[in-house]
Amino acid sequence: MDLNYTAEEQAFREEVRSFLQAKLPADISSKVKNHKRLAKDDFVRWQKILFAQGWGSAAWPKVFGGTGWNAVQQHIFDEECADAGAPLQLPFGLKMVAPVIMAFGNPAQQQRFLPRIIDGTDWWCQGYSEPGSGSDLASLKTKAERVNSTDGDHYVVNGQKTWNTLGQHADWIFCLVRTSTEGRQQEGISFLLIDMKTPGITVRPIIMLDGEHEINEVWFEDVKVPVENLIGEENKGWTYAKFLLGHERTGIAGVGRSKRELKKLKGIAAKEIAGGKPLIEDMRFRDRVAQVELELMALEITNLRVISAEGEKKRAPGPEASILKIKGSEIQQMLTELQMQALGHYGLPYIEEALDAGWGGDELMPTYADYAAPLSGHYFNFRKTTIYGGSNEIQKNIISQMILGL
Amino acid sequence: MDFNYTEEQLAIQDTLRRFIAKDYGFEHRRATAKSADGFDRQAWATFAEFGILALPFPEDMGGLNGNGVDTMLVMEMLGRGLALEPYIATVVLCGGLIRDAGNTAQQESIIGGIAGGERLLALAHYEANGRYDLAHVTTTATANGGDANSGWKLNGAKVVALGAPAADTLVVSAKTAKGISLFLVDAKAAGVRLRAYPTQDGARAGDVKLVNVEVNAEALIGSDGGGLPLVERAVDYANAALCAEAVGIMSALNEVTLEYLKTRKQFGVPIGKFQALQHRMADTVVATEQARSMAINAAVRVDSADAAERSRTVAAAKAYVSAQARFVGQQAVQLHGGMGVTDELNVAHYFKRLTMIGLTFGDADYQLGKFSDTLLAA
Ligand SMILES: Cc1cc2nc3c(=O)[nH]c(=O)nc-3n(C[C@H](O)[C@H](O)[C@H](O)COP(=O)(O)OP(=O)(O)OC[C@H]3O[C@@H](n4cnc5c(N)ncnc54)[C@H](O)[C@@H]3O)c2cc1C
Repeated sequence: MDLNYTAEEQAFREEVRSFLQAKLPADISSKVKNHKRLAKDDFVRWQKILFAQGWGSAAWPKVFGGTGWNAVQQHIFDEECADAGAPLQLPFGLKMVAPVIMAFGNPAQQQRFLPRIIDGTDWWCQGYSEPGSGSDLASLKTKAERVNSTDGDHYVVNGQKTWNTLGQHADWIFCLVRTSTEGRQQEGISFLLIDMKTPGITVRPIIMLDGEHEINEVWFEDVKVPVENLIGEENKGWTYAKFLLGHERTGIAGVGRSKRELKKLKGIAAKEIAGGKPLIEDMRFRDRVAQVELELMALEITNLRVISAEGEKKRAPGPEASILKIKGSEIQQMLTELQMQALGHYGLPYIEEALDAGWGGDELMPTYADYAAPLSGHYFNFRKTTIYGGSNEIQKNIISQMILGL
Repeated sequence: MDFNYTEEQLAIQDTLRRFIAKDYGFEHRRATAKSADGFDRQAWATFAEFGILALPFPEDMGGLNGNGVDTMLVMEMLGRGLALEPYIATVVLCGGLIRDAGNTAQQESIIGGIAGGERLLALAHYEANGRYDLAHVTTTATANGGDANSGWKLNGAKVVALGAPAADTLVVSAKTAKGISLFLVDAKAAGVRLRAYPTQDGARAGDVKLVNVEVNAEALIGSDGGGLPLVERAVDYANAALCAEAVGIMSALNEVTLEYLKTRKQFGVPIGKFQALQHRMADTVVATEQARSMAINAAVRVDSADAAERSRTVAAAKAYVSAQARFVGQQAVQLHGGMGVTDELNVAHYFKRLTMIGLTFGDADYQLGKFSDTLLAA
């Protein structure tokens, strides 16, 4: 047993750190660290900077332009990016559709789509969930009918997807669609790539509980999709989607991000005053902080155990992914909640304009409310983490049924 | 022992329940939250007609002689409707202060106005860096020429004064040579500046700055230097009321969630068929009933003449109810899946209000600390 990083790994960490110091735009990292609104351009700008460095995708193999880093290096990279306040590299293109295109797409699809994902040209969104199909995804109904015609064979897609994260910015959507109603539900699903500019697609915003526009409904009305956009074989889409679920484990735990937020929490608790002393000196509050820190310490090691096992290719299907999802999301929620709680009364005001970068308070409102303004909304928003990506109840079903055989 | 409401109490409850169902539905509430005032003046006038604005005042002040239990049942109903009106700020906090400590002239000029729905007040007490500590007051009141009979000059800053934007009169705490004292301040007086904002739950509040604000000698509420016990008592009333409001919300929320478990289908069955969710729902009902018991305890004992007994019971209730409210709110969102985090359903709005109740007038940790400290004294 050795819990230390090797000298090479430490050198790698230094390399990542100095790159971030030199290249991560300060306006973007300041927004990330203060939970201010991020624009589409902030994400795209950062992706282009990473791409220029040759680090557009930490996880992709070199043949497709990735770094070819091992799991430990990817973890170090994630941790440093989070600490520096880099925006999350959105997973939809890089981590969700790309691995499927690499594994099951044909060379033409790989050449067409992958370069535009890694260089930040195309924005992808995920079209799995439907109003009637959330946890029970396999029941999805959005229909794709194959039509032969003189201007090339295509699918005609009709139906509705929902909860589309940041679909309002998207150039492309990858969808699970129903191509057959025979046999088991799972056997009639196909994986289609759809250009968001195709006539017949309507995107409608869903406003979340924090008042922000982060998710959407996407409606399809006789949308023509060329057959070239089908991934792999018709009716095999479920297999591809499941491949994806088991594929990407580093990152779900969000350890790096939570470490940054824990640091932020401690900073707030050092500044807020309770009973004439910094709040962090209040034992009742400090113990809460300590308790989350214990959870996070445990998760960090659990995450590293998973990563090491992956590095050694001892990757038997296990409950790891579910453990990381459950604990990772719970810790994120605890941190947002304590950040809000640390504010006391200042958790109450809803200062809409303070959610944009650059707000520095005004004369009647002390500037320290600048860090306060986004925190309650952030707590509300992060209730999502135990719901999306397979709700925590579903994760526990996976552990108890699929792993423990109960 | 008697846990029953009187006929009169049942009648008020029924009236409010019907009003909320008919005239204060969720879409009305949503529009009201977005309006300039942030509350419904028409509803306020209706509350005056119902008598609930006169409820906690003695008959000789034109009130209905109600007690803590009356306030509880009103707040429970207002909670169900997520009512945005400044009932706590005007009636419970400021009305209570003037009822308990105001002189006859103050009572005559203000209580009738509150009861009739014409006057709105707000308590401007908390300050930056004081967190929930009621004794933390740095705002000053200087007697003009050193003579309290010649009036006072107020200077300082107050934070998150609930209901302040609509208030015609502020009750401001300030330190005189003798200690914390309370003053009635015209919200439009020279030197009073307000930074108004909505709160996370759609209501309104504001930060108040006071620069050389002149008030006359009659503005003092109670005795010079005697303000702290008054504020403590008023805030106890407010916390007891918040507990009742939370219980009203929690029961409404449980009804909504239960209905969802019965109607939302996944895997071919209503999700309420999954035992994991059955147990969760059972836990939220248990939490709500336990919270209700604590809210009742606070409502009954908040009228106690024994200040220690009163504040200990209210602290216990607020600590306990806030913790249950947190659980029930979070679970209601979780059990609704994606729908739970949308602005569209009332679920998230109930959840947000419960969260804000937790942060108002002392969070669960603060209240637990207050209660816990009494164990040493015993
Ligand atoms: C902010 C956000 C962003 C999202 N982004 C995307 C996206 O970009 N693309 C996309 O396709 N989807 C996205 N989703 C959808 C997400 O994957 C679904 O919300 C999730 O799968 C849950 O589905 P549901 O909302 O329909 O809830 P339901 O499945 O209806 O679940 C309701 C409740 O029942 C529980 N439950 C359901 N089945 C069981 C069971 N068998 N046993 C025990 N409990 C059960 C759930 O855990 C939940 O608590 C997003 C969701 C959110 C909230």
